[in-house]
Amino acid sequence: MKLFDFWGGVHPAGQKHLSADQPIRIMPPPARLHIPLQQHTGLPALAVVKVGDSVLKGQLLAQGQGAVSASVHAPTSGVITAIGDFTAPHVSGLPLPTVTLDSDGEDRWLEREPLPDPFALEPEQVAAQIAEAGIVGMGGANFPAALKLNKARQAKVHTLAVNGAECEPYMTCDDRLMRERAAGIVDGVRLMLYALQAPQAVIAIEDNKPEAIASMSAACHGDPQIRVVVVPSRYPAGSAKQLIQLLTGLETPAGGRGTDTGILVHNVGTAYAVHRALRQAHPLISRIVTITGGAVAEPQNLEAPIGALVEDLLAFCGGVTGEVAKLLMGGPMMGQPLPTWQTPMVKGTNGILALTAAEAQLTTPSPCIRCGRCVEVCPMGLMPLEMSKRARCDDLDGALDFGLIDCISCGSCAYACPSHIPLVQYFEYARGVLEARERAEQKSKETRRLLDQRQARLARAEQAKAEAAARRQAEKRQAKAAKAGAAA
Amino acid sequence: MNLHLPSAPHTHAPDSVPRIMGLVLLAVAPATLYGLILFGWPALSLLLVTVLTCLLCEAACLSIAGRPVKPFLWDGSALLTGVLLAVSLPPWAPWWIGALGGFFAIVIGKQVFGGVGQNLFNPAMLARVALLVSFPVEMTTWLGPHPLFSSHAPGLFDGLAITFNGIPDVDGVSGATILGHVRTQLGMNHSLSQILPGHFQPGAAVLGWTGGSLGETAEWLALLGGGWLLWRRVITWQIPVAMLTTVALLAGGFHLLNPDRFADPALHLLSGGLMLGAFFFATDPVTSPTTPIGQLVFGAGCGALVYIIRTWGGYPEGVAFAVVLMNAATPLIDHYLRPRIYGRTWGGQSRPVKRPPTRPGESQ
Repeated sequence: MKLFDFWGGVHPAGQKHLSADQPIRIMPPPARLHIPLQQHTGLPALAVVKVGDSVLKGQLLAQGQGAVSASVHAPTSGVITAIGDFTAPHVSGLPLPTVTLDSDGEDRWLEREPLPDPFALEPEQVAAQIAEAGIVGMGGANFPAALKLNKARQAKVHTLAVNGAECEPYMTCDDRLMRERAAGIVDGVRLMLYALQAPQAVIAIEDNKPEAIASMSAACHGDPQIRVVVVPSRYPAGSAKQLIQLLTGLETPAGGRGTDTGILVHNVGTAYAVHRALRQAHPLISRIVTITGGAVAEPQNLEAPIGALVEDLLAFCGGVTGEVAKLLMGGPMMGQPLPTWQTPMVKGTNGILALTAAEAQLTTPSPCIRCGRCVEVCPMGLMPLEMSKRARCDDLDGALDFGLIDCISCGSCAYACPSHIPLVQYFEYARGVLEARERAEQKSKETRRLLDQRQARLARAEQAKAEAAARRQAEKRQAKAAKAGAAA
Repeated sequence: MNLHLPSAPHTHAPDSVPRIMGLVLLAVAPATLYGLILFGWPALSLLLVTVLTCLLCEAACLSIAGRPVKPFLWDGSALLTGVLLAVSLPPWAPWWIGALGGFFAIVIGKQVFGGVGQNLFNPAMLARVALLVSFPVEMTTWLGPHPLFSSHAPGLFDGLAITFNGIPDVDGVSGATILGHVRTQLGMNHSLSQILPGHFQPGAAVLGWTGGSLGETAEWLALLGGGWLLWRRVITWQIPVAMLTTVALLAGGFHLLNPDRFADPALHLLSGGLMLGAFFFATDPVTSPTTPIGQLVFGAGCGALVYIIRTWGGYPEGVAFAVVLMNAATPLIDHYLRPRIYGRTWGGQSRPVKRPPTRPGESQ
């Protein structure tokens, strides 16, 4: 297959060897799990259990609500001990509504009915089963998978691009999954193709994962619909926009969707989750997560229950050695710094990274020397130096003019900057201020509307009063005239 | 746990401003060393005076401005400015030319704008232009090769005397550069076929066995250093290639029209500071455009100006003027010549998808 190229990009040191060679280990559920009700884009799920309830593994804990949402299931059997706020897996550490589940240690499954053959169902029904299993995009987008499939089917997508690029340094969860469970992934891809009613799928894998390429190629051998495509190892090849460009030479239109190009991108982890849900009635209650970094004693991949705390995951990998300079959820290019060890992993968590000071490279920024390296590496064709210069002095319109809304926050610019300027930080800041500004504008517009309404109402009342008074006057006059007439 | 919370990325390319400055210094080192050997002790004294003045001025300005002196002094930018200024000066120029130039480059050219990264003009080129306009005699006193330890080269003490006391027998050693000679002779209505024989030997010009500024004579060493910078990805190809190609095309075109009036491209490419300018001065990141297309325009503009000044302007050499003039145009270029944004047209509108007739993957 002819490959195209995407713009810019960087070659960060992979560091994948730390965890790539150990097989996936299954982590038994810890004594207590904290399962956030919002692990996805959209509205939080609505809890259907109460404190004190006993639940079984795989039982529905919270039902997705509204158009965009996802259900949440119990990762093990036990008792619900709390439903309330708990630290969110986010840099702010702000609380999110969370179900706390104390394990009974039995890990007892819910009674599951034998499943019908998915290919005997309608595509919509397959999508509905995917939705019921609470599956969201597992590459980090966290968008409900069924919704994405339905929209793409309506958009008549012709190709499903299965993203096994895994371009983030350190991360190896997709690599290990592809090496060890290739057949499951390929089955998931077939199910998704059916739900999509699309004729073909390409599985894109970066050329730094020869074992995964070999095992995936073997698993889809002989299937005319599915093929493996080896893509060059360059960050951010795994970003949906860049992957589409790499595969087709087409660009997702600004403000449009990836499906406008005829391609739908889904992560390999999502395909595997679909396989498990539709073949084994196994809702999304666990995932493969890479526990790695120079500060981790035994870096490796775990199949861990959703809701396990970062400290439990690290403890299962032998704990940390030495001082942890940075604790991240996700890879070093786009991962979120975590403010505390007591943060639960969620459906979109691909890795936990504990970096030593040497790895974290904490340096002080120096002035921009306008070398243009950020422009050279930007995969979106932006001028990060100009955007950050404007964001720094609160010139939001200037930053927008230079394409702030097109930035995908991949961090290539800040990675390459010789002055070590935290460019992405400036963009995030500017976006925050922009959102606040839009909210304020919305609010003042709303206030103005209400004020106008009130004034119109008052004016109407005033007018009605005046009309009533005039009517009374007229009636009085009439009555007077009638009286006078009668008297005359 | 000592947590740092700024946003991603949390890893970084092994690169820094001091590293970039160091690589450029290394790249210009061969041409500089060659110049020092070719012109002997006075050239070394001038280089040292220029560099020391730059460092002193940088330190003084930083401390007056209340900024940290050490990190900025050690970023290597002032050192590089000093070396680049020195290599663009006549090698036997008096010490105060170097000192004044260094002062002008750092204080007026850089620090009044706000220090590293803030200056509009390349400090070394700005200083060279200021010196040339203010002290035309000292800045155009050229001499032929006087290689170190050769019989007619000055010794260490004579060399010091030349730098700090003046050249004892100016008329005895000095001569015009090839570009200056051509200009004077053309002014006397001589044709190039009369002027050049015996004066311009392309071989000697490439090797650098000729008069000129301290570091500009050996074109091949400048080319070597520039090529190395390209290979190390410190600079990009757009500016040097556009600049050299423009000069070559203009020179070639006019030479074809009138070979007696307009010198051929080889003379233009192999004379004066063009090579050094194309790889070391025009590519100064701070003062050149940041986008590839802007860099092409900038390089072509530099090349065109060099040719125009050399051919019709008031000075025989125009690299410094060309670079400084294009520096002034850099903000404009960066404002108008932006890259196309992914998913948008050049005008910034959303770019509709043209779906291919065949499905991707079917085309082999």
